Order: sequence, then C-alpha cells, then structure tokens
Amino acid sequence: MTKEQIKDTILKIIAQIIPDEDLSNLKGDIPIREQVDLDSMDFLDIIMELRKRYGIEVPEDDYIHLATLDSSAAYLEPRMREL
Amino acid sequence: MMAKRPNEARIVITGVGLTAPNGNNLAEFRKSLLAGKSGIQKFNIRYMGEVSAGICHFDPLKYQKKKDLRRGTRAGSIAIYCAQETIADAKLDLTCLDKSKIGVYLGITEHGTVETENEVYEIKQFDYNVKYWSHHHNPRVVANNPAGEVTLNLGITGPHYTLGAACAGGNIGLIQGLQMLLLNEVDLALSGGVSESTGSFGIFAGFKSEGALASHEDPEKACRPFDKDRNGVVVSEGGCIFVLERLSDALKREAKIYSEIVGYAINSDATDFIFPSAERQVECMKLALNKAGISPEDIDIINTHGTGTTEGDPVECQAIREVFGEHPHAYMNNTKSFIGHAMGAAGALELAGNLPSFEDYIVHPTINLDHLDPECPLNNLVINEPKKIDKADYILNNSFGMLGINSVVIVKKFEE
Repeated sequence: MTKEQIKDTILKIIAQIIPDEDLSNLKGDIPIREQVDLDSMDFLDIIMELRKRYGIEVPEDDYIHLATLDSSAAYLEPRMREL
Repeated sequence: MMAKRPNEARIVITGVGLTAPNGNNLAEFRKSLLAGKSGIQKFNIRYMGEVSAGICHFDPLKYQKKKDLRRGTRAGSIAIYCAQETIADAKLDLTCLDKSKIGVYLGITEHGTVETENEVYEIKQFDYNVKYWSHHHNPRVVANNPAGEVTLNLGITGPHYTLGAACAGGNIGLIQGLQMLLLNEVDLALSGGVSESTGSFGIFAGFKSEGALASHEDPEKACRPFDKDRNGVVVSEGGCIFVLERLSDALKREAKIYSEIVGYAINSDATDFIFPSAERQVECMKLALNKAGISPEDIDIINTHGTGTTEGDPVECQAIREVFGEHPHAYMNNTKSFIGHAMGAAGALELAGNLPSFEDYIVHPTINLDHLDPECPLNNLVINEPKKIDKADYILNNSFGMLGINSVVIVKKFEE
C-alpha cells in the first residue's frame, strides 16, 4: 500500500467506528481526536481493526504515531508496504 | 381496608414507555392485544436455524447515535428507547429536574450472555486467540449495563442498577423503584425490565434441551399457555419502563396518573432450580393482597404468568384457584400468548398492557387457546376475544422465575 492508500484505509476504519461523524474535511496534519469525536475506546478499535484485517500489531508505546492521518501513514507504510 | 396512607407514601405510575414484539408504545401494544395480534415471527438463530421468537421493531436511532449502538448492547438500546418514551409520556422535562434524585431500576433475567456468545464467535475465526477479544466486552457485560446506558443517554446522576430476578425481573424492577421512593432515596424512579435474550442461541438451546422450547409451523401460534397442545416457551426481547413518583409530587405537577401501586410481594420456593411451587405462589399472592389490604374478591383482572410450558402452567392455575376459589370474581388473561416470553421485561410489559382496562373496562384475551387443558381449569379465563367488564378497580400481576423467585404486583385504579 502507498501512504495515500493507507490513509484511505484508516479513514474507512474510522468511518466504521464513528459512523455519525463527517470525515470529509479531516486534516492530515492535525490530531484526529481534535477534529472528531473519537475517544480512547474508539482509538483501541482502530488498533484492533489493523490487527484483524492486516495482522499488524501496534505496540502501546507507538500509539502516539497514530495521532494524525499523516503520522499514521508514515508509521504504517513500512508495515503495510507489501500488502 | 387499610387506613389511607398520606400522599407522600403513595406511589403512582405516571409514565409508560415500552417496546414489545407487537407494539412500540402503549397505544399500539394495547391495540394489538385487543385485536388478537401476535408479535411472534420466524427468526434465524446462530447454530440452531429457524425458531419462533418475539422481535421488537422500534427505531433505535430515535434516541441514539450509530456509534452508541456499536458501543453498547441491545438491552441498553431497548432500555434507552423505553426510558426516553416513558419520560416523554409522563411529560417530564429533565432539564428542570434534579437528575441526582432520579433512580433507574431495571429487572433482567440475564445480561452478558449475548455479548459473550458474540465475542466467542468472533475469536473463533482467529483460532480462539484472545488478543482479538474486544476491549468493549467488560462494559457491555457488566450486570448494570442496561440501566447504566440509560443514565449515560439521559445524563441521570442518581442511582442505577439492574435486578437479576429471572423472569420475575420486570415486577421486581417496579417494586425496587417503589421502595426507593418510599425511602426518599429518589424523587423519581424509572422502573421496569428489559430483555435482549433473542440474541443468545444459548437461551434457545437451553430451553430446547429442557424440552421446553415452543415449536409450531405457524410462529404466531407457537405460544399457547393453558392450551392442551402447548409445548414450551417462545423467547422474546422487549422492554417496559414506568415513571414512578410519589402521589404528592404527581398531583403537584398535575400528571396523568395511570394507577397506584398498592400491593406487592416477593418470595422464594426454595424447592427446585426450574419447577415452580404452587404453595409459594399462593403465599406470594396472599402477601401482596395483605399488603394492599384487600381480599381476593376485590381483584378484577389477573394477568397470569403462564409461559406455555407443560409443567409450569398447571402449577400457577392450581395456585390461583387456591387463592381465588373455583368461581372467582376476577377475569384472567395471559400476555405471553401474544408476545412470547419477554423474560426480564415480561412482568412490566404484561402489567402495562392491562393498565388501559382502568379506563376502557375491557380485559384483553389470551390467544391461541383452542383446547383448554383439563390440567389448567381456570374459570373466567378470557379466551381469544376481549371481555367487557363492569368494574375495573384492581389488577394483580403474577411474574415468576427460575430458581423459584415469585413476584406479585397489585395496582389500583387511581382515585384521590
């Protein structure tokens, strides 16, 4: 996957987790949780979906890298490049 | 008759919110009960295939966001719908009330079964690796979940909890609310019961293994209490929550008063896990009558608990005959014949469906009663057609459950 495809994947996961939110104007460089109603349990859903769908493990110490869409893509790209 | 209690010590019902397989508010529910309209349908359940079940068709998005539905439980959704509806029905404006003085007390038969089965099913596809087990599991399965979801939805900060009381849960939620009002612990109680049991294959399979799961080619005819051809329970979901308040408060705000709760009792068989005891059911009805300060001949309508099992129905009939005699004044009916067994919601829903009798003087019937079982000889059972009556002052509501828990509630037509 490319970084753009990874961002798209993350957005689709978030859309499933918080279906009431409008994600069309989500900025890539601002923390996701500052832009939409996504609490810590929702965030754990993102981690779980990455694990279930792609077999990717994100250690707790690395959660900070998933704060924004851009940082998520940068962090996940080496792990999802071959997918 | 007992001496009249002060208005501060009289508890009245001023709101009804419900969802049943054949109606999503009291007016719809009552209309179905008078029209003989069943709510039982064919339903596919994991591992078992097609069964008869009572499914509710309320709109959960009326009071919840999609995210709330994903996060919470079906029982929570049912409870939220019923709580919002009962508050609207009671014409209460929560923004003007002290939310720390509102209590939420909901009877349940069980909770957590559905969510646990779902999680086990989910991790099965990951070879039972528990790292795929949801972090939402614990808040979904804690026993207070349905009541807690109500407080989250409505911003209520008073006490909330559920009362695990098998199939007597609905009556017991009501009794708990009444007691907390009498103790002045709260000023308003949202009391009743809920059930999401249709989401659990284990509940269906458990009844089937007991030889007590109803089956019929026409699902609407599957639940047949007191009929010679009955063959078990129809599992249903549902909910019913009442607004309870002290009469003094209800009068002050000129609330519509559905009825006054004048008697209640809870006792235990202490005999068996499943099989009921007529002796203890008799005691329970007598205790409730004593508390109300009335005699059996004062009761005008008895809502029977009868679930449609071979073993259970005759026991209740024997108990009713012992309390009310062979030629009772009271007319009797059964709501499960329409909606199946709504488990923790059953007691509250069945009481609600009978409350309009105080105004329309009609007793809704028991349906699917083609051949009254000689083992269930109940005189005055209202069969298949509604019955017009001249007097409707008192209704007695039976609700019994596994492990031998019995509950009886008596409500009275309201008069100052």
